Amino acid sequence: MSTNTTKQTSRRDFIKISAQTAAFLAIGFENLANGKGVKVKNMAHEPHIGVEINPYVLINESGKVTLFNARPDMGQGTSQSIPMLIAEELEVRLDQVEIVTSDGSAKFGSQLSGGSSSVSTRYLPMRTVGAAVKEMLIQAAANQWHVPISACYAKEGRVYQKNKNISLGYGELVAAAAKLPVPANPVLKNPADFTQIGKSIPRPEIPSKVNGTSKFGMDVVIPGMLYASIAHAPSIHAKVKSYHGEKAIASPGVKFVLKTERKMPHASTEAVAVLADSYWAALKGKRLLDIEWESTVADEMSTEKYFNQLKEAGKSPGFEYKESLTGDVNKAFASANKVIEASYQTPFLAHAPMEPENATVYVQDGKVEVWAPVQGPDSLVTELATYLGFKKENVKINVTFLGGAFGRKAYYDYVLEAAHLSKQINAPVKVVWTREDDTQQGPFRPGMLSVMRGALDAQGKVQAFEHRLNGASILNQVFQVPLGNAPDPWAEEGINLPDSPYTFPNRRNSFSLVTTKIPILWWRSVYASTNLFGQESFIDELAHQAKKDPLAFRLELLAGSPRFVGVLKKLAELSNYQQLKAQGKAVGIAIARSFSSICTHAIVVEKQGNGVVIKKVYSVIDCGVAINPRNIKAQVQSNITMGLTASIKNEITVVNGQTQQSNFHDYAVLRQGEIPEIEVFVMPSAEAPGGVGEPGLPPVAPALCNAVFLATGKRVRTLPFDISNV
Amino acid sequence: MSKYSIKLNGKKHQVDVASDTPLLWVIRDEIGMTGTKFGCGMGLCGACTVLLNGNPIRSCSTPISSIKPEDKLLSIEGLSANTNHPVQLAWIKEQVPQCGYCQSGQILAVAALLDSNPNPSDQDIDTALAGNICRCGTYQDMRKAIHAAAKTIKATPKTKSK
Repeated sequence: MSTNTTKQTSRRDFIKISAQTAAFLAIGFENLANGKGVKVKNMAHEPHIGVEINPYVLINESGKVTLFNARPDMGQGTSQSIPMLIAEELEVRLDQVEIVTSDGSAKFGSQLSGGSSSVSTRYLPMRTVGAAVKEMLIQAAANQWHVPISACYAKEGRVYQKNKNISLGYGELVAAAAKLPVPANPVLKNPADFTQIGKSIPRPEIPSKVNGTSKFGMDVVIPGMLYASIAHAPSIHAKVKSYHGEKAIASPGVKFVLKTERKMPHASTEAVAVLADSYWAALKGKRLLDIEWESTVADEMSTEKYFNQLKEAGKSPGFEYKESLTGDVNKAFASANKVIEASYQTPFLAHAPMEPENATVYVQDGKVEVWAPVQGPDSLVTELATYLGFKKENVKINVTFLGGAFGRKAYYDYVLEAAHLSKQINAPVKVVWTREDDTQQGPFRPGMLSVMRGALDAQGKVQAFEHRLNGASILNQVFQVPLGNAPDPWAEEGINLPDSPYTFPNRRNSFSLVTTKIPILWWRSVYASTNLFGQESFIDELAHQAKKDPLAFRLELLAGSPRFVGVLKKLAELSNYQQLKAQGKAVGIAIARSFSSICTHAIVVEKQGNGVVIKKVYSVIDCGVAINPRNIKAQVQSNITMGLTASIKNEITVVNGQTQQSNFHDYAVLRQGEIPEIEVFVMPSAEAPGGVGEPGLPPVAPALCNAVFLATGKRVRTLPFDISNV
Repeated sequence: MSKYSIKLNGKKHQVDVASDTPLLWVIRDEIGMTGTKFGCGMGLCGACTVLLNGNPIRSCSTPISSIKPEDKLLSIEGLSANTNHPVQLAWIKEQVPQCGYCQSGQILAVAALLDSNPNPSDQDIDTALAGNICRCGTYQDMRKAIHAAAKTIKATPKTKSK
């Protein structure tokens, strides 16, 4: 059926007609939509009406442009950076458009904010989307004016005819444009012509974050919803042997006391939920529960035992990473002039986002709708559909802003809890975790042990270098992938050859798996955050053993890697490294490439009493093309703060299954007044964009500890450490 | 359950809640203003900060029964009519928030600081904000914005947050 869209139509007819004429882009990237027509959007209670030129761009007849952001924003800025990639090529300003977070539908493809991958994976695909739509709009205008497209150009939501004072808005063109073939290879702008990318444009959502109107998962209210507070097992994995909910149910506002479950990817554990008409009533009710727990695995769950196992594991060679293997390490060590060994330990850590885990879920009639802070709505669709036995098309996710996440909110146990409860009571349920739940229940960054060995020749050159990783595997525990006689392929990040191109004639990285029942997960920069502590501290130890300056030592070993050399030289300039050294200042450096970006820090400390104080942090990042330089600096500052916290403030310890920490008094994070001055430089670059949300973190701990060594002569090899008493 | 009268952002509200209900949940669940956030429930993180007669308090650990009807409460929603309080403007100019979850509390704590101390030193800032955690680590940008807001306020007096 075809309809002539050039005649005058009402708004209602327009949408109907558009539905029959809309085109879809099918170029250049994976998981593209194979949808057939226009959808009227209904996300976050707001209908988004117009012609869906492709899944990411919706334009209505009044010219309003809606851009869909398929990367949830947890503070890293994707609600600007991703739509900006489209807007740059589409020739609309971000303040002219509405930005909507995608709902998990398959047509958007992967929607995970994780692995600092948002901009690096979307840079060309999203620009291509914008450029294709722009070409279609320009073609539609050229057709209407009977001029060649070369006589037209687009700017700020309109197509203009060159040298003439006439133009058409995108809304006037969209119906005709949608009928045109999608350009197979739209021309992308020359970066020199960018008006938004690289310009530090203010983030569109910032005003809503200073006046209280931005909506986080915590702020969701659905008519008829009940609030749930859940009594989780004190030892994480346990069965409810018996419980008494009489006092709770008698408490004002409490509607239900239900035995329930917490479904983690690798295990289920029982729990008891109190549902009430207000959060406070639910929390009070929970405190009135009398539960007898039964755990068979609690005594296996001890961080002390776990670290002892790591030390044992570290004595064996482990399974080697074949791609990093260089030369013959054993032979080189056997004939070495000088062999140095050291082990570095990093603790379990909780993510502790400021917004505790929460989810509002309504299961009804074989369908489920979710309103929650989640990092990957598409993976949540799959997980919920499987969990509830529903078809994926019956799962709808409304992604809110995330009040911090750091990896935690890509683990959907809290959403499944709400789904489980909603299904039981046939009403919307809002599950809100307490800070104690967040701190104690995991999943945590796994504790790791790096067992390092290095050989130096008589001239102080590194002859052999070995890094044995020992610890739990996220791939193995969370994704249930057996490792067999192979190392965890994910765990080598930050020290594999592309990430750590030090030229060692003999080199070996290996991994020994130590399993644990303690739930684990990626935590900002994941294994790079643990591996680099060993790697960059030990490089420093080797430099001192070789009686070389640690910066010069690294420059020599990285001479064949110009981007590494570039950031180190810039760091030396930014920090006045040579001058600081000449003044006898303790300045520790470290460099790390992770998530395709290189970041280096110089941390200056001064001895004070038995410890040190941090005076200043200098940082240089090369993340390729910079989308929003100011935001990149903010992310590096954020990583430095979180990396310092992880170095000197907090750790999670587990005794008999029970997490010993519970809230911010014993799981402390750095506060205003504890932060040194931070100066960040973003390298100008035309290279493909890399990650920004995480690469600033891995070099923090080693740079700090390398500085501590200079100031005190003491080498810190276990984190966290007491900075006031080294 | 008991009836309480509170004055929030210049407006009176009657609520019927348990006497131990924290002010935080009264503001969020009863009055329906969600700019004030739940972070720790123990007064440790400051996400729930509101101003009581101009002074920052942790609403998560302040029972409603301790609030007098004549007390003046201010939450982020009441700080300005058009997001134009000097602290908010400075926050936007410096692009302070990242995830943004703690910022309502931070901004109110700063507004109170600048009301009582229009020219705060770095030490004054450290002390005033010691109770407000930002897990994203926006501390340095906040400090810059505070000094900027102080300048604005000195140049244009009469923006009390009480």
